[in-house]
Amino acid sequence: MAVNDAIVGWKTITWGCHVMEPGNSVEFRTGDWRSQRPVVDKEKCIKCGMCWIFCPDMAYTQDDEGYYEADMEYCKGCGICAHECPKDAITMVMEEG
Amino acid sequence: MAKRVGVEVSIAIAEAVKLARAEVIPAYPITPQTHIVEHLSELVANGELDAEFIPVESEHAAMSACCGSSAAGARTFTSSSSQGLSLMSEVLYIPAPMRLPIVNVVANRAMSAPISIWNDHQDIMVQRDIGWIQTFAENGQEAVDLVLHAFRVSEDRRVSLPIIVNIDGFTLSHVIEPIEIPDQEEADAYIPPFKPKFKLDPKKPITMGPVGIPEVYTEAKVAHNEALKNSKKVILKAWKEFAEQFGREYHPVESYRTEDAETILVTMGSISETAMTAVDKMRDEGKNVGLVRIRLWRPFPGPEFRKAAGKAKVLAVIDRCLPPGALCGPVGAELRSLFYKIPGSPKIFSFVAGLGGRDVTVARFEEIVDKANKYAKKRPKELYEVIGVREK
Repeated sequence: MAVNDAIVGWKTITWGCHVMEPGNSVEFRTGDWRSQRPVVDKEKCIKCGMCWIFCPDMAYTQDDEGYYEADMEYCKGCGICAHECPKDAITMVMEEG
Repeated sequence: MAKRVGVEVSIAIAEAVKLARAEVIPAYPITPQTHIVEHLSELVANGELDAEFIPVESEHAAMSACCGSSAAGARTFTSSSSQGLSLMSEVLYIPAPMRLPIVNVVANRAMSAPISIWNDHQDIMVQRDIGWIQTFAENGQEAVDLVLHAFRVSEDRRVSLPIIVNIDGFTLSHVIEPIEIPDQEEADAYIPPFKPKFKLDPKKPITMGPVGIPEVYTEAKVAHNEALKNSKKVILKAWKEFAEQFGREYHPVESYRTEDAETILVTMGSISETAMTAVDKMRDEGKNVGLVRIRLWRPFPGPEFRKAAGKAKVLAVIDRCLPPGALCGPVGAELRSLFYKIPGSPKIFSFVAGLGGRDVTVARFEEIVDKANKYAKKRPKELYEVIGVREK
């Protein structure tokens, strides 16, 4: 018999397929299908925060020194940050494997 | 007390929506529209109906707004037709699996091209599989009654599904008929206030309409389909209680002179009244002919139909929809599936008639019965035939 890959039964699925628990997306890693990752060159970075503003996934956070770094659990590798960076401090590199 | 008045069916439907105390009415006056939403907009503007009338920018937006207002817990109504209904199409698939009650009256009309504003069932057959409950009215009184019934059933927590009440464009929507319109007290007694099981509420946030990944989608669709099939019990109970309160009885299928009938005509919608006249005439001439009319189209009432027509020798099924490239029309195909390989079941012959506003007359029904009886002896080449089509 074929393996059933369903994770919920039709009798036990939530009513109307509603998600009853608010804010539960924090439980999921959504960046694991990324093909490229942004790498920040701190020599060039002027800490302007354009990457943080433009990131559509709000993946960037500021560290203690004021530099910005993307959370790889959520970064989709879209490259908008690299495109918007006024100092060309961000390079998109291929993900290995 | 209910009053019997001569009134255009569209106006009477709008009055029924008012009696049902609809709270949000998103609608777009695309051609062809009807007086249903026009009259409702007047009722709202005059302060006679306490509702939000949202003059949206398209039918697509109308159905989107319907989903939103129903999700927020408001009693929601809209109405559409033909091309406008098709413009809603993308959104029409959404509320049913999300279990959002909405009542939509569709004045059935033909689809372009060529451009037509006249009656047939092509517009709704395009939307056959949107997962809504669907009923078909025969006359103005039934249209009003089915609208009241629709609000009651749609919002019942055991159902919580959107409903389309189909009325034939022009033939019903634009004619004046004597119609008994209930008073407010009677309507209130039949339709309780809308208390949704879940609604969009900032105090208790939930997500409606999330992504259904492959590991979930099938189960979500089956859960909806089961809800749709199970809605029949509530639909029947609501008709029974309607009869007790208003004295007018409705069933999923209606039979007319079918006892001992060897050949049974099968219809949906307003042509059934002409079909009854045709049956009377043929009965007077000694022909064993009856009529079964389908009122509940989705969920399809299989057992009820078998009981009503299963003993006949021949079924002459009329589709008001040309099925391009298909083997036969949607009603014909449904009934062929219903009776497939059941021993002693009737022979089914499918006919397409009354396209784009062409009248189906008594003589046409006689022609259909004669042809079906002839085909019962000698099988036709095609699984359906277009009636009354001129060649040259």
